[in-house]
Amino acid sequence: MSGISTKSAPTRSLPSVDLAAVAPFAALAVLVALGALVNGNFLSVENLTNVLTRSAFIAIIGVGATFVIAAGGIDLSVGSMAAFVASVMILFMNGGFGDGGLGTVATAMLLALGVGALCGLANGLTTTLGRIEPFIVTLGTMGIFRALTIYLAAGGSIAMKSQDLRALYRPVYFGNVGGVPVPILVIVAIAGLGAFILYKTAFGRHVVAVGSNEDVARYSGIRVNRVKTITYLIQGLCVAVAVLVYVPRLGAATATTGLLWELQAITAVVIGGTALRGGVGRVWGTICGAMILEIIGNIMVLSSFISEYLIGAVQGAIIIIAMLVQRSLMNRARG
Amino acid sequence: MIAAHALPGAPDPGAATPSVLEARGLSKSFGPIEVLHDISFGLKPGEVHAVIGENGAGKSTLMRLLGGHLPPSAGTIAMDGEPLLFAGPVDAERRGVVLVHQEILLAPHLTVAQNVFMGREIRRGPVVDDRAMNRLAADAVRGLGADIPATTVVSRLSIAQRQLVQIARALQVEHRVVIFDEPTASLTGTETDALLGVIGDLRARGIAILYISHRLPEVGAIADRVTVLRDGKRIATREASTLDPMTMAHLMVGRDMANLYPARVSTPLGPPALAVAGMSVPGFATDVSFTLHRGEILGFAGLIGAGRTELLEGVVGLRPARGEVTLHGKAVRFATVGDSMRAGVVYLSEDRKGKGLLLGQNLRVNLTLAALDQFCRGPLISRAREDSGLTKAVKDFDIRARDRAMTAGQLSGGNQQKLLLGKMMLLDPGIVVVDEPTRGIDIGTKEQIYRFVADLAAKGKAVIVISSEMQELIGLCHRILVMREGRLVGELAGDAMTEEAIVVRATGAEVQSSAQAAMDA
Repeated sequence: MSGISTKSAPTRSLPSVDLAAVAPFAALAVLVALGALVNGNFLSVENLTNVLTRSAFIAIIGVGATFVIAAGGIDLSVGSMAAFVASVMILFMNGGFGDGGLGTVATAMLLALGVGALCGLANGLTTTLGRIEPFIVTLGTMGIFRALTIYLAAGGSIAMKSQDLRALYRPVYFGNVGGVPVPILVIVAIAGLGAFILYKTAFGRHVVAVGSNEDVARYSGIRVNRVKTITYLIQGLCVAVAVLVYVPRLGAATATTGLLWELQAITAVVIGGTALRGGVGRVWGTICGAMILEIIGNIMVLSSFISEYLIGAVQGAIIIIAMLVQRSLMNRARG
Repeated sequence: MIAAHALPGAPDPGAATPSVLEARGLSKSFGPIEVLHDISFGLKPGEVHAVIGENGAGKSTLMRLLGGHLPPSAGTIAMDGEPLLFAGPVDAERRGVVLVHQEILLAPHLTVAQNVFMGREIRRGPVVDDRAMNRLAADAVRGLGADIPATTVVSRLSIAQRQLVQIARALQVEHRVVIFDEPTASLTGTETDALLGVIGDLRARGIAILYISHRLPEVGAIADRVTVLRDGKRIATREASTLDPMTMAHLMVGRDMANLYPARVSTPLGPPALAVAGMSVPGFATDVSFTLHRGEILGFAGLIGAGRTELLEGVVGLRPARGEVTLHGKAVRFATVGDSMRAGVVYLSEDRKGKGLLLGQNLRVNLTLAALDQFCRGPLISRAREDSGLTKAVKDFDIRARDRAMTAGQLSGGNQQKLLLGKMMLLDPGIVVVDEPTRGIDIGTKEQIYRFVADLAAKGKAVIVISSEMQELIGLCHRILVMREGRLVGELAGDAMTEEAIVVRATGAEVQSSAQAAMDA
């Protein structure tokens, strides 16, 4: 490896790449410090586990979104899909199928995963086989899933009827293992699995290749459509897992279940350092992004600087700032 | 004054008449590379002046200088004997010089009339007069022998029709000089005839026309004078009546070959490795059949756009294609490029940056992408295997990188090509197709790549080289197939492989000569 290479600029990209990966965690640390300053209760174990638990839905869905976005796609339908999957799941449990106990809950969970997988598959196949922009496809399915939910709920809400089932299912959101709330364990498990697939397997490598440059991937013998479709399938499964954790929380699905989750999931992914144009995926960054979103809300509630009604506005501002930071980091890398 | 700049032995017979547009010692360099050197010639009113030359001879650069799209590095342009500097294409147009581009530069979502009159819309008071523009645009297009409704949206038109709209737009305003850059490249026979008719009219009105074309018979038919470029230099300017297509081809080529190429191993050809029969790629190639033997280097020559890349992409399953493929005596069907890779046939794209490498990813990721299975244990990628694979490839292919964390986009063109070779050779192919393997590569790396290709063949593999550099094909290949307009038009081997022979077939000069021979007989 003699250095006769033509370009002689020193490699500035290496530290910058690390910077982009570290940035969300640095932002998280700053927010935690800020929270501690604003309100002494912020750092209490109770408050922190509470915040983490509530970030579970967006974090889990965000892991799927990391795959879709890393492969160069986008899925706007996740919030509606969550509502739809939750409705089907609750209706199944209300239908009196199975033994009315653990068996019913377990079957309902499997059903939810199956419905989520099918919804994701539908998104993936429509985009790839139909050669339609994923933005448009998932905009369409977003409306479809939402309307199906409202139709199933007849305009109102679908609640779990059986108190026995509710009691049985309740620990999945409210329970803990060795003091750690179950939803946090689910986050860790899903993110760990996601990171493993994305960073360690051939499929994960293919996802990044497709997102970097579809033509290069195709000319390298990668089945681009299959890879893309599977990312949407993974997204559907992640939505279903989020629903498994969500349903025991309220025991109901309504027309507003999962509203704007797609925006929060995409925000979490982008804050986490995944490039919206594809080719880079940061699973742990996404988890960090989901926590940042939740902590901002928490700080606003705990403090009195800004009305908590403005949470949406602050989150909106955050995604724009995150993009600006990414852009400037990228320019420095090119510099 | 023109003769002062002309090369010895290339007198400019038109020097006596005043020139409307004149190149005086024009040179153009991009970075350290000089693509045009000291070009001088004049363009007289009412003449059609053709500029011919090989791919890369500098024709398009010259046209862009004269059309005001590029500033010259040295020399000046003169109009009516007055030296001047075009501030840009708009300035050139204002002075009466318009360049009709080779590429299509139209707004695809607007109508034919809207495009023809873009930027110079006819108005009635504050509103645009669509009716008048539609009428005039329809007339203009009809004058070019095409019947396209003026209200058609451009995106619905064929490439040929778009070319005609673009020409109509350029001719809408009366200019003193019209420069055509390969206007007939996408046109059919009838459309070409109509365009040549229009050019005849322009000439009769005293307008000067500069005309670039690869089609030598066409040049012979339309041009009054012909200027030949080679390697960025003006070789000759002659009366067209004194030239036949064969002479033009000879002038375009005529030079000695550098001793860049490894000695050709002329082993007796092995058994057929790949046989392709009746292969058609819709829109690009028609009914092509050829056989490739083990140990053979087979060249594909032709002009840009002759369909060579698309044909081979069709063969390996990268494009929809019809035809029969026989691999080592067995009929096969490559539905996807994955199928052909598994069968040991690889294709290295001419578009290294767009289709060959992930520019934003590091060397390791790029190297192993096509053969990732080899670097996996079960479903897991083994980083250790990848690293040792990269170490081996860096050594075997002499990939020069400052450090291994570099991205592929930071490599020089030559090292990118070596990385791409390393990537595809991991598949251990029996048949290798390399498309423009040395485009944009320095001469030292070129030599390395030639030696590598020769070694592959010596090891009994079969290699196809697609190249627009004829010397490269002649120096490297055992046999050369020539394509023109999607069809195989010639096969050359041994001493018959000369640049003239290739040019004659690639440009269709032979059609003209044989027609003339038939008439003479």
